[in-house]
Amino acid sequence: MIPVDYYLFLSLTLFVIGVVGVLTRRNVIIMLMSIELILNAVNINLMVFSRMWGSVDGQVFAIFIITDAAAEAAVGLGIILAFFNNRETVLADEMDIMKW
Amino acid sequence: MQTLNQALFIFFAVLAVASAVLMVTRRNIVHGAVFLITTLLATAGIFLLLEAEFLFIVQVILYVGGIMVLFVFVIMLVNLDVSMRQVQFNRQWFVAATLALVLAAQFLYAIWAVRRPGMLRLPAPAAELAPKNTEAVADALFSHYMLPFEIASILLLVAMIGAVVMAKRRVG
Repeated sequence: MIPVDYYLFLSLTLFVIGVVGVLTRRNVIIMLMSIELILNAVNINLMVFSRMWGSVDGQVFAIFIITDAAAEAAVGLGIILAFFNNRETVLADEMDIMKW
Repeated sequence: MQTLNQALFIFFAVLAVASAVLMVTRRNIVHGAVFLITTLLATAGIFLLLEAEFLFIVQVILYVGGIMVLFVFVIMLVNLDVSMRQVQFNRQWFVAATLALVLAAQFLYAIWAVRRPGMLRLPAPAAELAPKNTEAVADALFSHYMLPFEIASILLLVAMIGAVVMAKRRVG
């Protein structure tokens, strides 16, 4: 059987890659996709602990996380579209209308 | 059986990590979206290894078939050529990478701290293949987690209305 640690290391690696993507890229769409990657890494953790304890509660939590990811993607992409229609840019450091 | 499991795990893990790295570093957003789809499919394979068949199919249909199609639509609507010729990483990238490494070190320490012999171990799989996963998930979802389920539906309704209001083209 594959040890639980290996799954945790895989999830950790994906999580950190997602954090690097959110913090370093300028493109807002890539940042949103990195957030999806982070949520996915969390799902791996929930799944492996659900398997470890032999209960399906972790899988139910994962379903709620996927629901949140869908809602977040819909609203986030709507905001990006509205912003692009106004300012013709998708770069995060040019979004400074509210900066004083 | 044992070696097959390990080989599948290594295959899916390497595929997921490699395409995640490519997703974060590529200049073209469409390539990034395709690499993210590859990562999500590899994760679905990991779910299947963990005997979570319902989440496997939810991942494939909802994430890959729903959310990523939404991303690709938006990528088509925004102007790709301009953003491809600009600088891709922001000025604070070095600080950000250092912070991410510190975060990784903290997580590694947390995993190492709870690691005792025999504490983190998966139980042996059931002898006969009993397809009870979807039933068990449905039982938990519709009995014990009924209220969160309804709240999630309200959340989806709010998100739907919000997305429509945000993306509507304003006239005048």
